[in-house]
This record gives sequence, structure tokens and C-alpha cells, in this order.
Amino acid sequence: MKGSSIDRVYVGNLNIAARRARDLLLGKLKLGEIVDWATTFSLWPVHLLTSCCGAEFAATWSPRFDAEQYGALPWVGPRQTNFIVIEGTVTRKMACALRITYEQMPNPKFVIAMGACALDGGLFYNSYNIVRPWEVVPVDIYIPGCPPPPEALARAILELRKKIREKNIASKWLIEGWRNDRDYVSPKEDVCRWWRP
Amino acid sequence: MVEALSLDNIINSIKLNLEGLVKSISISKGYIEVVVDASHIVEAALKLKSMGYDHVKSITAIDYPKESKIRVVYHASSYINEDLAKTIIGLTADIPRDNPVIDSLSQVWRSVEFQEREVYEFFGVIFREHPDLRPLLVIPELAEKKVLRKDFIVKEESIYEGIPHKY
Amino acid sequence: MKESPTSTSDVTIKELETRGIQVRKIEKEVYEVFIGPQHPGSGHMRIIVRLDGDIIAEADPDIGYVHRTMEKLSEVREWLKPIPLLERMTIIDACNITVPYVNALEKLMDKAPPPRASYLRVLLCEINRVASHLYGFGIFGVFLGHSTAYMWAFGDREVFVELAEILTGARLTHTYPIPGGVRRDMPQDFPEMARRAVKYMRRRLIEYQRIFLDNPVIVKRLEGVGVISKSLAAELGIVGPNIRGSGIKYDVRLIEPYEVYDELEFEIPVYEEGDALARTWVRVEEIKQSLNIIEQAVDWLERHKGELILSKDDYDKLPKLHKEIYEKTGRVKLLPVHASMKIPAGKAVARGEAGRGEIFYYVESDGGTVPYRVRVVTPSARNAIVFKYIVPGHKLMDLPAIYGSIDYFPPESDR
Repeated sequence: MKGSSIDRVYVGNLNIAARRARDLLLGKLKLGEIVDWATTFSLWPVHLLTSCCGAEFAATWSPRFDAEQYGALPWVGPRQTNFIVIEGTVTRKMACALRITYEQMPNPKFVIAMGACALDGGLFYNSYNIVRPWEVVPVDIYIPGCPPPPEALARAILELRKKIREKNIASKWLIEGWRNDRDYVSPKEDVCRWWRP
Repeated sequence: MVEALSLDNIINSIKLNLEGLVKSISISKGYIEVVVDASHIVEAALKLKSMGYDHVKSITAIDYPKESKIRVVYHASSYINEDLAKTIIGLTADIPRDNPVIDSLSQVWRSVEFQEREVYEFFGVIFREHPDLRPLLVIPELAEKKVLRKDFIVKEESIYEGIPHKY
Repeated sequence: MKESPTSTSDVTIKELETRGIQVRKIEKEVYEVFIGPQHPGSGHMRIIVRLDGDIIAEADPDIGYVHRTMEKLSEVREWLKPIPLLERMTIIDACNITVPYVNALEKLMDKAPPPRASYLRVLLCEINRVASHLYGFGIFGVFLGHSTAYMWAFGDREVFVELAEILTGARLTHTYPIPGGVRRDMPQDFPEMARRAVKYMRRRLIEYQRIFLDNPVIVKRLEGVGVISKSLAAELGIVGPNIRGSGIKYDVRLIEPYEVYDELEFEIPVYEEGDALARTWVRVEEIKQSLNIIEQAVDWLERHKGELILSKDDYDKLPKLHKEIYEKTGRVKLLPVHASMKIPAGKAVARGEAGRGEIFYYVESDGGTVPYRVRVVTPSARNAIVFKYIVPGHKLMDLPAIYGSIDYFPPESDR
């Protein structure tokens, strides 16, 4: 994206933030950039734990690693969140829950797939009860590892922020009403075939 | 020495209490195997319970396709009685593989309820008079495949998968 | 109460259906609440609750959201490979979960680990137990809206995760015990670190008591909630701290000592009340006992330096290069023979006391390179029945307190 040097700033700095705020108030920035900037600092993951990487997910927000410093805080209701972390294996039963939760979240929304199982099955490669997460929801960032350490998840959040800022994903999504570069996923009827409400 | 004595005592008392029901009784690695006829399993379980075996740790079903049978083992033990807690009794019954029906023990031991549902979904064993027999862990369409039976083959992982034949 | 005639509601249902809105009738004055699998705390499970007003009339646990088919996959993998597979079910308690499986293999092979290996296993088991209890404690804090408990417990858990990492090389998935021994020896400076961690944790537990356990809000929410009587606990077959909170003194470490637990001095804390508060207290007391065991194990290991951590006949089979690596780094490099080893035919049962309770393994071999059948019954799988029989009769807001107090961990339960 041409123009502003704001692209390079990902971690909070009071002086720079104050200067940006001044630029913003004086109307030097485009509205879309403000949306992207604001989205990167409020990535709230939904409290859906799909598998055992959830232990490391919980540790990421613990005092030692403190992912809250990136503006991310796990939250209960899917309606108030914009970001979902798939922690490991997604079973057939969980796939439907994952899809429903994802659909309940407001746009723009992002997905991080955590762990080897979320990549391509990992240790449970030939199990009869798992699905690949990329069949269920469109994934933005993959983290390898079994389980990935909390630092890796923190890094993934930073990478996601970088991606949003560099490609202006959030603002384009809001302007166009649809995100074009998302991967194809299976229709909901296939994912939730067994579901009886 | 003391332990061996108490094991013999336990075997003797089981023989005495379950007279006429036991087919064979033997010491296995870690538990005492008591084989009974499938039709007498409720009777045997009631007698074991009155001896003090108050809960079931596991219902293990094992599939033997060659002998065309499924073996159901109730590993029972005790909480209240500390002497009995040291041993595990494997109450074993063989049922035919093509018609796997056995009486439910959920009226005797309430702790078996969920595990019987598990055996039902994985092996297709039907427990008669179970209060709520439906799949517990997997989705219904998977439960029909009876996944833990030996004829359900797991697809093997291969490093050559997805590579075109010409290589 | 005003009774609306059923016929009108039928008409409205039909009307709505013609407009394409899905509706269905539920029984009069009973609300169905679907809790999970997306909910705060340790997720992965759904409880279908039927409410009469604010009182739970019926609860139906719908588990299996993390069923990853470990029993089936163990049947297609060579004998050693189920160890890393099985520890994924309770990733926070990995050593406790795998030790009984290894014990079952050792029973089948008639092999015994050397005492140093047993002590190392016990050391890691107890480190895992403390970490796992602190994890449960933190999740309990999230359930009750007490975020300080979460922050403190997860912060202090890192101390023990770090200890395990220094000992084994992995934060959570250690794959430490192998049939006939363990994979790594203890580093030189480990005892000092372990003692410092123990000292630190003892001090912190007093502060935990002040901020959490004696907190009047927490006490009000937990006291007299989810009471399980002694006879009912035995009837339901629940395990671990839950049964010890109901007055039954049952701990596999005491009843059937595996490894070297019969040489160590520790107590089994038992509370008679059977409510959520008693179960929480059992866990805290168990952390204290585990800290004692860690100290004793570390003392013993310091006194017996240089002993083998692999059984003698396994060690003799190693080639010269592998022996050199073992002497230099204290690391056992296994031979390819281990991966394709055959185990004599037979069946064995082994049990162990994991953080959440008793874990049970049934292993059957037909003399081949893969297990014929591996049956695992985990503590959480046996505790799941609590939701069906204990929860009804309580208020809906008591459900998080009961859920948190039985320390239910879904991946463990679903296997």
C-alpha cells in the first residue's frame, strides 16, 4: 500500500500513536486505514477450544507470555469476537460447532489454525473421526508444532496483524461486503449432516 | 507371600459365592479372570456386588473375528472395602459376533451406564434393558460402522500418497 | 398461572413453518438450554440442560467432541508409538497418563525398570500432577469469574512446566517413560531448581488460600453445592480427588503401589463433606503432598548418581556409539529394533493415579509388532457420569461450580 509509513508500526508506542492520532484528526489518513489499524489492535479470539492445544492457548494469556499486550483477549460470546483459534484436531462433531461459531461472528473475522493436527491431521492423520480444519473454515495463518509453544501463537497473532495491515483485509471486507481471497470451504450441509437441534 | 495368600482367598471366595456360574477362573497379569456364560452375567454380577465389588472400572470389549466372538470384560473392583480394592475382577462373557446381545448390568452397577453406550457404538453390542442406549462419543453414521471391530480397516499413512504414478 | 390452550400454539407453529421459520414444541414450562461446546472454561463438551424455572430438572452430557480414536489408532501402530499418541489425551498430565501403559507393557515383557528410572518417572509424575492441579485450579477460577485465580495458577504452573522442560526437553509432551527405563537422565543442576520451585510453591499456596479458598464469595458458591455422598460416589464409580472429597480413601498409589511409591512417604488427603469446596481442598492438599514427594525423589536421585536409567539387558544391547552418547549426555538413543519389537502374547491390566484420578489400561498382545487391543479408561471418562446424576436439583448457576470442581477435562474423557 502506497503512502503512509504507518504500515511499519505494529506494536504500541505512545509517541508514534499520538502523532498518528493527530494525523488522523487532521484528516491526513484514509478511513479504511483507520479501520485496519483499529482491527489489528482488537483481535479478540472466541472461547472455543477444539482440542488439546487449548492448554497452550490458555498459557498464552497467562502472566508469563501475556498475549493481552497485543490487544487480544479471549471472550465468551461469538458475537463480540472477530478471531478464532483452532486448537488442534477438529473432530466431525466439533466441525459443526466450529462452523456455527464462525458463522455467528461478525465480519471481518480471521482464523488461526494451531498445531500439526490443524494443518493436515498430524498424529491423527489416519483417524476416522477427524476433518481438516481448512475444509470447515477459511484459515489465514497456520502454526506448525505439536503443540506449538505459546510464543508461536503470540507470533502468529503478530503475523495476522501484519497481514491485515499490508493487504487492507478488514477495510476491503467492509467496503466490498465480501472477502475475495478466502479459500473455498465445504457447504454447511456437509459439515453438519449429523446435527439435530 | 501374604499377597499370594490373599489372592487364593479371593479366588476361593469367588468360587464359593458364584457356584455353578463360573466356567473358569484364572490369574491374569493384573487381574483375576472369571469367565461366565453370557446368560448368567446378571446373576454373577449381583453376587459379586454382594461380595463388596461396588463399581466397574472398565468395560473392555475385544473382537475375535477368527473365533467369531466378541469378548466383553467387566473389570470390577471395590472402593469401600480396602482389601478387595487391591484386586480387579474381570467378569468375562463371550457372545457371538453376528448376534451380539447381552444383558445390561446398569441395573446392578450404575457406573457402567456410559461405558455400555461406548461399547454399543464401537462394537455394535446391544445391551438388553439398558435405560438409554444411544451413541455416546461419535456421530450416529459412524456408530453404524462399528469402528473398533477388526474388520474396520484404518487407512495406512503413506509418504507416497498424492504423488503421480509416473514417479 | 395462566394456561394457554395448546391448539393455538399448534396453529402458531404451523404459521411460522409456512413462513420458513423452523420451530418445534417443547414441553410446557421446561426450557432446554444447550451449554457448549463453545462456552467459557474448559470447552469441548455440551451439556443439554432442561430447566424448570431456575432449577435443573434434567442434564444430559453430550460428550465426544474431542474423540480422536486413540484406541483404534493404537492397534495399527508399533508398541512404542502409542506412548506419544496416548499422552495427547491429557497433554497437561502426560507422564501420569503414559506410565500405566508402559507398566502394562513391562508386565507383558516381564521386564522391570531400574530404581533410578522409577524415581525419575515418579519425579516427573509428581511435577505433572502439580501442574495439572494448577491448570484445573485456573480453569475453576475462570468458571467462577475469579480471574485472579486464573492468572496466579497459570503463572505458577509455568514454574513446573519449566521444570518438566528442563528434565525432558518438552514443555508438555514429554514421551518420557519407555519400556524398561526412561529417555533422559536428570541434569546436574536440576535438584537445586526443583527445591527452589517447591519452596516457592509452598509459600504461594498460603496466598492462594487467602485470596481464593477462604474468600467468602467463593465459599458461599461452593459450600454445600454438588454434594456426593460416600455411597453414591462408590455407586457412580467416580475417581480421583472427587472420591477423596467424599470420604473414600482410594488412591492407586496407596492401594496398589506402582513404580516406587511404596518407598516414599506421603499422605492421602481425605475430606468427608463431598461438596465442591471439599473437592477443591483435596486438590490443594494433594499439591502439598506432591511437593513432598518431589523433594524426596530429588534427594534419592542425588544420592544415587551414575546408576543406569535403562534396564541392564537393554543397555547391554546398545552399540558402542550409543553407549558413548548415553555416558556423555545422559540421553538414551533407542535402536530401530525397539520400534519393531515383538511382545509375547498375553493380556495385562495396569492402573495408575493420574492428576484427575485413576487411569486404567487393558493391553492385549497376540505376539505381533502391534497391540491387539488397547483399552483406556481415563479419569474424566468415569467422572462424566456426575453431570447426569449430581447436577439435577441444583440451580443453573451452580453448574459452573460443579463443572469446575470435578475438574473435567474433555480431551481426556473422549480419548
